[in-house]
Amino acid sequence: MTLDYQIDGPENDDLAKPSQDGVIGADMERRDGRSKVTGAARYAAEHLPEGLLHGFLKRAPGLGAVRIENAEEVRAMPGVKLVLRDARMIRNAAQGTAGEAPVQGVETADYVGQPVALVVAESFETAWHAANRLKVSCNGASLPVLPENGEADDDMQEESVTGEPEAAFAEAEVLVDETYTTPALTSAAMEPHAAVAEWDGDHITLHASLQMLRYNRDELADSLGIASDKVRLRAPFVGGGFGSKLGISAECVAAALAARELGKPVRVVQHRRQVFEVNTRRTETRQRIRLAAGQDGKLTGIGHEARLSNLPGEAFAEPVLQGSYFTYAAPHRLLRSELVRLNRPAAGSVRAPGEAVGVTAFEVAMDELAQKTGLDPVELRLRNLPETDPVSDTPFSSHRLADCLTRGRDSFGWQDRPTQPRQHREGEWWIGTGMAAAVRVNMVMDAEAQVRLTPEGRAVVETDMTDIGTGSYSILGQIAAEGLGLAVQDVDVTLGDTDLPPGSGSGGSVGAASTGTAVWLACEEIRRHIAGLMGCDASDLTLVDGFAICGNSRRSLVELLAGEAVSGRGKLEPGEALEKVRQATWGAVFSEVAVNDITGEVRVRRMHGTFAVGRVLNQRTARSQAQGGMAWGLGLALTENMTHDRRDGHIVNRDLAEYHVPVHADVPHLDVQLLEDADPWAGPLAAKGIGELGICGSGSAILNAIHHACGVRVRDLPATPDRLLAGLT
Amino acid sequence: MRPFDYHRPDTAEAALNDASDGTAFIGGGTNLLDLMKLEVMTPDRLVDVNHLGLNRIEETDDGIEIGATVRNSDLADDARIRRRWPVLSRALLAGASPQLRNTATTAGNLLQRTRCPYFQDIDAACNKRDPGSGCAAVGGELRNHAVLGTSEHCIALHPSDMAVAMRALDAEVVIRGSGGSTRTTGLPDFYRLPGETPHIETTLEPGELITAIRLPAPPGDRQAYRKVRERASYAFALVSTAAVLRMENGKIASAALAFGGVGTQPWRDAEVDTLLRDERPSNALFDKAGEVLMRNAELREGLEFKKPLAQRVLKAVLTEVTR
Repeated sequence: MTLDYQIDGPENDDLAKPSQDGVIGADMERRDGRSKVTGAARYAAEHLPEGLLHGFLKRAPGLGAVRIENAEEVRAMPGVKLVLRDARMIRNAAQGTAGEAPVQGVETADYVGQPVALVVAESFETAWHAANRLKVSCNGASLPVLPENGEADDDMQEESVTGEPEAAFAEAEVLVDETYTTPALTSAAMEPHAAVAEWDGDHITLHASLQMLRYNRDELADSLGIASDKVRLRAPFVGGGFGSKLGISAECVAAALAARELGKPVRVVQHRRQVFEVNTRRTETRQRIRLAAGQDGKLTGIGHEARLSNLPGEAFAEPVLQGSYFTYAAPHRLLRSELVRLNRPAAGSVRAPGEAVGVTAFEVAMDELAQKTGLDPVELRLRNLPETDPVSDTPFSSHRLADCLTRGRDSFGWQDRPTQPRQHREGEWWIGTGMAAAVRVNMVMDAEAQVRLTPEGRAVVETDMTDIGTGSYSILGQIAAEGLGLAVQDVDVTLGDTDLPPGSGSGGSVGAASTGTAVWLACEEIRRHIAGLMGCDASDLTLVDGFAICGNSRRSLVELLAGEAVSGRGKLEPGEALEKVRQATWGAVFSEVAVNDITGEVRVRRMHGTFAVGRVLNQRTARSQAQGGMAWGLGLALTENMTHDRRDGHIVNRDLAEYHVPVHADVPHLDVQLLEDADPWAGPLAAKGIGELGICGSGSAILNAIHHACGVRVRDLPATPDRLLAGLT
Repeated sequence: MRPFDYHRPDTAEAALNDASDGTAFIGGGTNLLDLMKLEVMTPDRLVDVNHLGLNRIEETDDGIEIGATVRNSDLADDARIRRRWPVLSRALLAGASPQLRNTATTAGNLLQRTRCPYFQDIDAACNKRDPGSGCAAVGGELRNHAVLGTSEHCIALHPSDMAVAMRALDAEVVIRGSGGSTRTTGLPDFYRLPGETPHIETTLEPGELITAIRLPAPPGDRQAYRKVRERASYAFALVSTAAVLRMENGKIASAALAFGGVGTQPWRDAEVDTLLRDERPSNALFDKAGEVLMRNAELREGLEFKKPLAQRVLKAVLTEVTR
């Protein structure tokens, strides 16, 4: 029994709705938390089958045709089992939802660091040492490595023109015309990518660290040249992904090929330095933003033009313009992006692809407009909110940006803020505050889940959905508990196994809403079955505390099931809703920073975020997601900068000592306020994405606060001390 | 990691007897093990010096002697150090992370290798790692690189915080040679400039072992350590300054200033110290000290900021300690 549902509109009255004060939405601890902090949770690399061999990927030290001079010599080293060079090895991780192999091959290095061989040995140390002994030479680059030298790919242009933007810019009473740059960035998930491959006949089981198993299965099968039904992926625990594990990655394919050849299980773990190189990074961007406005701050024209990069053969372009289509009203609009092809490691999705850097730059430009017009930054934004989608004129499914701006302003304590910069000093430190709007498009994706109700009255949720640290285990358990009237401890959740129904996977903030809705639908299917047993309509049935109630009849589930298990399956498809409405999540982020007048060091004193994200499924995990996003915004604004060598494009600072993610000492109290957002277009669960919104704007709240503190406008990120010095006393 | 032998002697004499070509002494291993995994350093043999009884801090006539394997966190916490040599405690606590400081040793910190990413990348040319292979850092991406004491062969930065404070405190290195001989050398003679031989970083000879660091009585009671970095912890210095001063009758009676984040070794410039001596504190004086400090700076692309930043920090520190 499968209940199919598509979100085509706001009407879903035939489906049950979560109650307002039920298990869904409660502030609950993670059901996997204890197993993670005690080490009981087994991650991919901790799966240790009998006879396990260890592989280490060998990186290309240069670009161009690859030659390995001494493979046989290395193969003969003690403990070495195999030097694998196979045309099926993949060049870089697949893009999210590709569902097919990425570019394959080891004969040509398109970026420095590309895996060009796998050395397998009896121990990890031996494999690594042997890999270091391989002599690899390359014959040179075919493409530039600097974005300014790259040529735009005609097939990767995006352009949208509304009205006559150039005229609007020319005639503007007030014009902001500035260029912003953001550096290449990495996901920096805590768990390095890892895979353990085991073959049984022509079937492979791969324990891996991946975000979207339903697609990864097809990607691995296609890479190996086998049918998808021969592939089983398992990823019950994933130590962070942030986009870097959306697609099948190099160690998965290499481990599978080596295990096949050797007839033994093979484990391949990426070294931290490889994590930076062989998975997808966030492209560097160059963004010209023009804002034409009247003296009253009303926008007449918006221009947002971006330059991005990627490797040849990659269809991904960071959608930096995404938020600029609908955040602010303006009659004239020019949105354009181009992508150049470079010999740099592949670019792909990193948390909030598009808005993370697009909204961040745009919201700094808005602050510059506030400065030029003399308007309060919150007021400026309130004056420019659209009634409908400004480009397509479709209605918004829900629009909560004004509420986020005003309620965030009140919660933060914005009222007494001096309008001019450089007004508040404490010793060596300039103190200032800044804010930014946050927007992120909302999506759902195909998802299936199964729920089984056992004769003992326990429920089991099953889907290949992953929990990458977000709280999937917890919220899916809560949804099933509420759907079936059970306590959360009476629900088991099994995830991360392609033998189970295909969930959405984790990516694009779709997981909770998409797979969560599939679980809700599966419960609805069971409810209908129970209603049949009770002899009533499902709409008249109440399930609570392990009992079914219909009119005057109240029976325990155990009695009602009479030894028979019941299972239901839910299937969600996106439907046509997003053709009819513009759907997004909304927020406003405020920050207070201190800028050292002598050194240019910036320390964030506090941050506040108000967000509207549909129904909150678990206050605690939702808050954590928002806080995590805000901490990412801090890193984007102040510390993170992946440096490419100007001569060969290789990533120079490819470890966590030199690539600076914020540490505890950098991250102050992050206050989060979640607004109720009853979006009728979000399906029966009314949940929307939250994993990425927190990063979409919080960086600019900090950059704008820096300007307010010390008068220095930083347009090239991150705002490191050296970039502030010239403007200080 | 290349296979290696591991020895764990009980006495310094045994450790020295154990040391042959290709031997590395291992203390905390926080730096050495990382570099061994990357095969940037490839010793055949590790001789563990953690069990030689070199982990004591003992007062001498008017100074203090710090055993080679005293942990950074223990040294930073030592009450005597905090009272009379607080600049050292401050510098230690500004470095690394608590976990690293709990393991890293005093001698190991003096000998820590550069963070130059090209040094740490066995696929890149590096005269320090592979003499004569060239320097990929020159013409590359520079941030944690030196502007003082560089040569065309190497612009690698010495990354230590601790050693900067030690340099201002006139620390001496106690070195034991095979046969039981002992010599003592000041840091100016201990560290070498890269010149044409950047792979030889100190005057420590093969078969010699650092057993202790001696600090004489502090040359000044006004002490400060200031470190600048964009990340509040676990980041190497963009620049840092250690200052040890003594004031008499409103004048600077003695000044010892040392600098991190700028030099190929923990940097000290006698001309800066001399300039300040017997002078009354003033902005003009401090500005001049900054000019003197940076007079020979090689500001390669990406490192231009080091000059104004070091000068600003120097001025701020001098203002603080002469107040």
